[in-house]
Amino acid sequence: MKFKSRTFDQAHTVLALRELSVNLAGRPDIAPILDRISLDIRAGETACLVGESGSGKSVTSLAVMGLLPPDALEVTGGGIKLGERDLRAMSSPDLRRLRGRRMAMIFQEPMTALNPVMRVGDQIDEVLRVHTDLSPRDREAKVLDMLEQVQLPDIKRMFRSYPHQLSGGQRQRIMIAMALVLEPELLIADEPTTALDVTTQGQILKLIADLQERHGTAVLFITHDMGVVAEIADTVHVMQHGRIVESAPVEQLLRAPKEAYTTQLLKSVPSLVPRRVREATHTENVLDVRAMTKVYGGGGLIFRSEGTRAANEVSLSVARGRTLGIVGESGSGKSTVARCIMRLVDPTDGEIRVVGTDIARLSRGKLRPHRRHIQIVFQDPFRSLNPRWTVGRSLVEGPLNFGTDRSEAMKHAGDLMELVGLPRDALDRYPHQFSGGQRQRIAIARAVAMQPDVLVADEAVSALDVSIQAQVLELLADIQEKLGVAILFITHDLRVAAQICDDVVVMQHGNVVEYGSAPEVLADPKHDYTRALIAAAPGREWDFANFRPLEQSA
Amino acid sequence: MANVPQPTSAFQVALHAMSLPQAWRKLGPAPVVAAIMLILIVLAVILAPLYVPHNPMSMDSANRLQPSGGDFWIGTDAYGRDLFSRVVTGGQVSLLIGIGAAVTSVILGLLIGLVAGFFRWADGIIMRIMDSLMAIPAILLAIALVSLVGPSVMSVIVAITIPEVPRVVRLVRSVVLSAREEPYIEAALALGSSMPKILWQHLMPNTIAPLIVQGTYICASAILIEAILSFLGAGVSTEIPTWGNIMAEGRDYFRVNPGLIFWPGLMLSLCILSINLLGDTARDVLDPRLKKRES
Repeated sequence: MKFKSRTFDQAHTVLALRELSVNLAGRPDIAPILDRISLDIRAGETACLVGESGSGKSVTSLAVMGLLPPDALEVTGGGIKLGERDLRAMSSPDLRRLRGRRMAMIFQEPMTALNPVMRVGDQIDEVLRVHTDLSPRDREAKVLDMLEQVQLPDIKRMFRSYPHQLSGGQRQRIMIAMALVLEPELLIADEPTTALDVTTQGQILKLIADLQERHGTAVLFITHDMGVVAEIADTVHVMQHGRIVESAPVEQLLRAPKEAYTTQLLKSVPSLVPRRVREATHTENVLDVRAMTKVYGGGGLIFRSEGTRAANEVSLSVARGRTLGIVGESGSGKSTVARCIMRLVDPTDGEIRVVGTDIARLSRGKLRPHRRHIQIVFQDPFRSLNPRWTVGRSLVEGPLNFGTDRSEAMKHAGDLMELVGLPRDALDRYPHQFSGGQRQRIAIARAVAMQPDVLVADEAVSALDVSIQAQVLELLADIQEKLGVAILFITHDLRVAAQICDDVVVMQHGNVVEYGSAPEVLADPKHDYTRALIAAAPGREWDFANFRPLEQSA
Repeated sequence: MANVPQPTSAFQVALHAMSLPQAWRKLGPAPVVAAIMLILIVLAVILAPLYVPHNPMSMDSANRLQPSGGDFWIGTDAYGRDLFSRVVTGGQVSLLIGIGAAVTSVILGLLIGLVAGFFRWADGIIMRIMDSLMAIPAILLAIALVSLVGPSVMSVIVAITIPEVPRVVRLVRSVVLSAREEPYIEAALALGSSMPKILWQHLMPNTIAPLIVQGTYICASAILIEAILSFLGAGVSTEIPTWGNIMAEGRDYFRVNPGLIFWPGLMLSLCILSINLLGDTARDVLDPRLKKRES
């Protein structure tokens, strides 16, 4: 692994934060949101701000931009200096002139950051119109030049496109073009690649690095992904509860973290090395999918259209007590497969055998008795529990449907809460009283309450912070060991797949491109797409949990 | 986080006891004034038989079109009936029709909307029927109904309810359409819950808050339509006092006694204004986006 090891002793400081504190507006009595943050970023340097959700990363960036929501958050102490200018002393019109010209920001979700009813060329042009006196012709030349710099194809057409006509990666390139068109000294990037696929993420990271080098921009890069940090950072600042707990050059931080929190954070990063092979204890397949196809659209009485093959002749099987991972990028059809297997959507063709019975064609009524054999855990723990129901009511919903007596179901629900590591009395509480990780535990308990033979986990840990993610993965493994349930684990994250799966299916454009045991597929991929996927995983040569390059541990 | 169970439904939120000074501080004076006004109007109207000085129906040819003052506080109408007694009693029919129309259209709209929102096959058929119902003007329908079955409170309620139901159906359907995509609905499906159970226990509670708001608007508009119908002579029979009837009969004599139009008109306006103000407040309080910001 080659880390950046540039020195910036000669470079001038672009951004200096000194003892910056931010509080809830009008509440000096409670703990501050940001607690005396100090950091420097020099010209050409990339500083990464890492930390889990709620650590204050985004608040820091908003404070620098002067974009804290008024009436909600206010800067209560410390200084923000951009070059020689003291931003805290500036009036808001002055600050507005500075934004865009001297500092710019790109966001996580480029679709919502762009105006959907304006051509993207005009949106970039607007920045120039507001901040410069260039003639329309010069502005257009400059916009086209910028579009070329962010390596968009067919820039004349791009100039006239609307945001919805572009892919996620292209939109993010437009955002970058907009942010850098005035060559600001400081670029703040708030999780700019989190919503992108891993191969696109690699391209965007490289683009930011190239442009930074060419223009000497200082970059404040906010991320939760240690892999990204390893790829792009010069300096890393680790945040927790509104404080910077550790700051160090990237290699030093990854090799020898000083603080316990940093160590814990790094240890939670799942390794890309597949876990050791488990002996198969059962041979009986509880889930058997044969040549399953799902076509969306299509049909039509007069003009027969082809439709979209979201899943094409997918075959897979899982034995009791085993874990099969389905990996792929967005649009690969992995979620469609999960939803078909759950019969949340009806497959177009093929067989789905759950404990021997083909459920692919059963009517809704005939299907209901078979539902208990197969359960699902969703990605978003904030939406997968009914917010109006107590946890207990959610947990017994399934068993009551299958004729379990209420008091018995409640008693069992209490046992399940303990199984997933939550107190029994939490049954009377409502979902909003729990954190995301706890809610995901509740969702798992609800699925397990049915004593299923197969548990489908659809990106079940993707929305969680790494340390919570590690705990939930451990819980799943623990439940599998205790109950012998088979797990179908759908994820875009190869690291997670490597840690939990016995076998792996790689999907692309609705097709299974590779299917084999996890060590085979992940360590010795046969298909080009699998290779590209693994090559794009950020920080893949570094073993974060052991603070050393991967070669040594192999 | 505090171990206090959150109010679980909009009902509980709505019924969540709040003292008047508390409400004033949180919501401003308008809803508090509106609530007090509405309570006074409703009490005055319901308790009217207990305190009105004259029988609102009894005519007295010796005292036609008296000005205000003396035995008749705000004068008499063209038949010598006491205007004050008629105005307060007249509110009974108005309120009955307002509440009746609101309750029936909300219940019907809820049931139809749940089915339309959840079952794809039913959606197209139901919504096209609703579209055609919406094309019927309420006033014309009422006139037709009254000429068919005769003037009565029931026929007026039916006439107002029919064009209102599609609006409620659309509202409920839109709530169900967005809620049914939530993973917790899919989870319930995977847990083997039956369709009626999912509809009633998971989806229906989402519709209560918008329905409370919609209900207040229907109530206000029904009272208004009743007044219009009575004014046009298509409402309940003219000797029964309603705000619309009093104004309709007073039309010819209001130059002699302007109170014939002014007093029932004032009651009608205050009543509708306070119901609408409360509806607005309910929308603000029950809006999930606002609630999220609080928590």
